[in-house]
Amino acid sequence: MSITTEKDFLQELNKEAETIRLSYVTKLGDRIIADIYKNAEQISKNVILNDTNKKNWTLKLDNYLTSKIFGYPFMLLVLGIILWITISGANLPSDMLATALFSLQEILSRGFLDLGAPAWLHGILVFGVFHSVAWVVSVMLPPMAIFFPLFTLLEDLGYLPRVAFNLDNLFKKAKTCGKQSLTMCMGFGCNAAGVVACRIIDSPRERLIAVLTNNFVPCNGRFPILIAIGTIFGVGALTGQLQALAVAGIITGVILIGVFVTFAVSWILSRSILKGEASSMVLELPPYRRPKIASVVYRSIIDRTIFVLKRAVSVAAPAGAIIWIVANTYIGEISILNHLAGWLNPFAQAIGMDGYILLAFILGLPANEIVFPILIMSYISSGTMIELESLAELRLLFIDHGWTWLTAVNVMLFTLLHWPCGTTLLTTHKETGSKKWTLAAFIIPTTVAFTVCFILTQTVRLLGLG
Amino acid sequence: MNKGHKMILREHFGIKAKSDQYVIALAGNPNVGKSTVFNALTGLRQHTGNWPGKTVDNAQGSFSFKDTDFLMIDLPGTYSILTNTVEEEIARDFICFAVPDVTVVVLDATSLERNLNIALQVMEITSKVIVCVNLLDEAKKNKITLNLPGLEKELGVPVVGTSARQGIGLDKLKEMLYLAVKEQVIFRPRQLHYSPEVEEAIAQILPKIEQLGLSDYLHPRWLALRLLDNDEMLLRKVSAYLTANSDDDIYREVSMAL
Amino acid sequence: MTVDFNAIPLSQLSIGSSCRIGEIGLNGLLRRRIQDLGITPGTTVECLRRGPSGDPTAYVVRGTTIALRKEDAYQINVFPI
Repeated sequence: MSITTEKDFLQELNKEAETIRLSYVTKLGDRIIADIYKNAEQISKNVILNDTNKKNWTLKLDNYLTSKIFGYPFMLLVLGIILWITISGANLPSDMLATALFSLQEILSRGFLDLGAPAWLHGILVFGVFHSVAWVVSVMLPPMAIFFPLFTLLEDLGYLPRVAFNLDNLFKKAKTCGKQSLTMCMGFGCNAAGVVACRIIDSPRERLIAVLTNNFVPCNGRFPILIAIGTIFGVGALTGQLQALAVAGIITGVILIGVFVTFAVSWILSRSILKGEASSMVLELPPYRRPKIASVVYRSIIDRTIFVLKRAVSVAAPAGAIIWIVANTYIGEISILNHLAGWLNPFAQAIGMDGYILLAFILGLPANEIVFPILIMSYISSGTMIELESLAELRLLFIDHGWTWLTAVNVMLFTLLHWPCGTTLLTTHKETGSKKWTLAAFIIPTTVAFTVCFILTQTVRLLGLG
Repeated sequence: MNKGHKMILREHFGIKAKSDQYVIALAGNPNVGKSTVFNALTGLRQHTGNWPGKTVDNAQGSFSFKDTDFLMIDLPGTYSILTNTVEEEIARDFICFAVPDVTVVVLDATSLERNLNIALQVMEITSKVIVCVNLLDEAKKNKITLNLPGLEKELGVPVVGTSARQGIGLDKLKEMLYLAVKEQVIFRPRQLHYSPEVEEAIAQILPKIEQLGLSDYLHPRWLALRLLDNDEMLLRKVSAYLTANSDDDIYREVSMAL
Repeated sequence: MTVDFNAIPLSQLSIGSSCRIGEIGLNGLLRRRIQDLGITPGTTVECLRRGPSGDPTAYVVRGTTIALRKEDAYQINVFPI
């Protein structure tokens, strides 16, 4: 058959099929599905010898985990506990890694000096590249190595669909889908992963909203900033486990703000540029299953931790070099970094921060993990402090640079709300296939962050509280 | 279908199997331990990415058994393959047009009835199906007992019971795959019973479909069912995929069809 | 088989009670989705529980648990058992 006659034949065939379809009262498609299930029913009846699968664990657990009284408090509790374990568990290994890596830095440094390497090379490689990488590894690796297995554990247990079940009603009010909560959960680990996870949402409109708002969930790269500032300015007086608990409380609060902003922005998007009605949601609640710990640890370390760490390091290394150059190249008496910070300062002051902080956020676009090291590096090169080993010293450094509680709150809010990292933006572009929506994914959080910090700062100043 | 044509079709799906590798598709519902089976069989010899042109995860992995090489493709987890979503379309098209040597359908032993739906759908497209009843450990915990030999008789294709997380039954699955590709297994998939009105409609359109001359590639009865279900796109894809002679042809034809 | 004229929307089925699925009034993708999960005419479905804020509702269908929103369940007619 030639191509053209074949096309005609297919058309004819389709027409005939349609005539047959229309000659039946019931939809043949529906009948076919129902008939396949009838076969499945028959087969099951013949091969299932006994099935007492009624009062099982899943039902009993769900009586609590999705109940009116315990449903929401339990979710908060789970979130709080995960954060607490992550924060308190990461403390010690973080310190040990930092001590080890920074003493290695000294050895490296001495090596460079002994070899008579030029100062700029020494600076770029040791103070730039190595310092940034060391910071990223020591700050990020331990919390990730704890957070991701815990998250994977929840996933394997089958708890995550319950989160969607519990929260769907709220999302419905924002005219979006309860499955958005699952993509948010993923975002805690990494927003780029969260954006990819939005594939599970069927409606393109609701999927896009989930993509655009995923950034309001702080990822692992931003947790360290929140934790450090929360610890320094929030609970400085407390010690030990009590401190970790209080920090977990503060972080949970910050996350709730993020969740609130997610709902608010979703609500607005559903009534403006992404207007539409909530579509449907069909969600399976699979039975709870006892996870295999070994495979949880293995998968979360291999698939998630190493993946995210690799990415962070590959960004931190070149970024460290560039920042060192910017901080140590002088135009006139002042370094480029200081020029930039000075230029940004008026804008930054309006939102309760300073030029260095805003610059750190901007230079941190490749990855949020490097915002803090950039900030510290630029403070140090413009100030007097050289050594920085404990949070107490960090506190002094910040206070030396004029930080108040308002600065701390603004930095935390800005961390939570500002533009997504480069990887997340690239991923957004890949997933949406659109420059327009990628731009929106940048502009929406940026606007929200500036607006929130501006209003807060001006209000506090007006009331004379700051 | 000659071997060259088959390879072209597979490449269209981003599958680059070596000439001595058997291609195994892995299908099933979400949450049935499909990836556990996949990971257990392929280990670290995996490659993950996206399906060509789609934002849907694609994982392929290789393994050997008795000096025979297999390339396993993890299809998206779906409840059906009647192509209502991109995932279902990928799973269906792969089974239809990439012609895997064997398709393994993973079922959850604790909800057999719902899971059989997709197995029966796959068995209508291809007869080379092995059914893997997974999560037998969970079924045992819930005091569900299954008659697996009975299931095999009902379905007419090999049935293997596994508890993939414990690594139980996977050797049996590999052995069965080996026997299947060496053509030492007889597949006689159950012919589904449809209600009289559907059977009547099939009878009306079947002669016309048989004129298409595609019986060597696809079951005319299945094509009839899809047409009666208003799956207009499928026919165009069928002709695009099966008459094209080169990769370029396929791309052109398929994109025209879409 | 007795003809039962007392069809109600699935969304009005009370918790703990069961029904047989009658006509499915949904359209498009959702209609298919629901049927693919085994909610086909004649199937027995049990209403299991509602979400903490009253919606969605979880139903037991062919040994699995499926949650549906009120609006969607409203368009499925059922016969209480």
